[in-house]
Amino acid sequence: MGRAMNAVSGRFKPGDRVKVRFEDRPGHLRTPWYVRGKSGWIERVYGEFLNPESLAFGRDGLPKKTLYLVAFNQSDLWGEANKADKLLVDIYEHWLDPVPSVKESA
Amino acid sequence: MSMASDEHGHDHPKHELSSHAKRIYAIRNLLVEKGVISEKDIQCQIEYQEARSPANGAKLVARAWVDAAFKARFIADPKAACAELGIDATAINEFVVLENTEHLRHMVVCTLCSCYPRPILGRPPDWYKSFNYRQRSVVDPRGVMSEFGLELPEDVEVRVHDSTADIRYIVLPLRPSGTEGWSVADLAKLVTRDSMIGVMDPLPTIPE
Repeated sequence: MGRAMNAVSGRFKPGDRVKVRFEDRPGHLRTPWYVRGKSGWIERVYGEFLNPESLAFGRDGLPKKTLYLVAFNQSDLWGEANKADKLLVDIYEHWLDPVPSVKESA
Repeated sequence: MSMASDEHGHDHPKHELSSHAKRIYAIRNLLVEKGVISEKDIQCQIEYQEARSPANGAKLVARAWVDAAFKARFIADPKAACAELGIDATAINEFVVLENTEHLRHMVVCTLCSCYPRPILGRPPDWYKSFNYRQRSVVDPRGVMSEFGLELPEDVEVRVHDSTADIRYIVLPLRPSGTEGWSVADLAKLVTRDSMIGVMDPLPTIPE
């Protein structure tokens, strides 16, 4: 992997369950609507990248944000779908909340 | 200044230009006249853009099919693998190879705009940028694949990658059966642009 791809950073690690924030505000938001409010898991940690929500307005993109590859079951997004099929989206950390595992919440 | 004149050293199209085209030529001429960029810069950029084509991706895929060590390097560090084959992928921030198997198929979309690994696949096709593809590829990838002629059995997993950020994706498709012993150059002729986006398989035979 290249420079950033080796970075171990951020609060999540592969396998962690996460929920995408359901929020909207004016600006250059790179989180697709169809995953907002949906739960999935961290597939891969890509490392730290300049924040596009800042870059889009000519600012410096700092502080950097950790970018993750987040996986969702297609059936969790749309209902009817092949059980094995998945959708994977690149999402920045500030859009993700932890989902406690069943054990922890018990 | 006349848009269609060659008084500043180059020809412009003689047919009627759209207002957008006229504006682009006007901006181009001003940039050159003011010394911001040179004619040579423009020519170099055109040559660079035209060098970026799916032939680059096909070369990488065909090499990975015949050379397991190269395939491992291509997956571990795609930009270094590009440099090894003389392909300039420096314009990509980060880039990830998605390897298809008998049981797993990948497909790439950018639902937000048209993010695409241009240095290795060139300009994206119009359908890749269409609302139709961008909406339906995430909801019904199997339906979209079947329209490209790829019918997948239920036990093959489909993974759609929505390329929304700094990462660019290329699919490493399965090598067609019956191609044992083929040269890299012949194999590369089977690797279509669409097979590296993941909506179809490589061609089974070299097209006429």
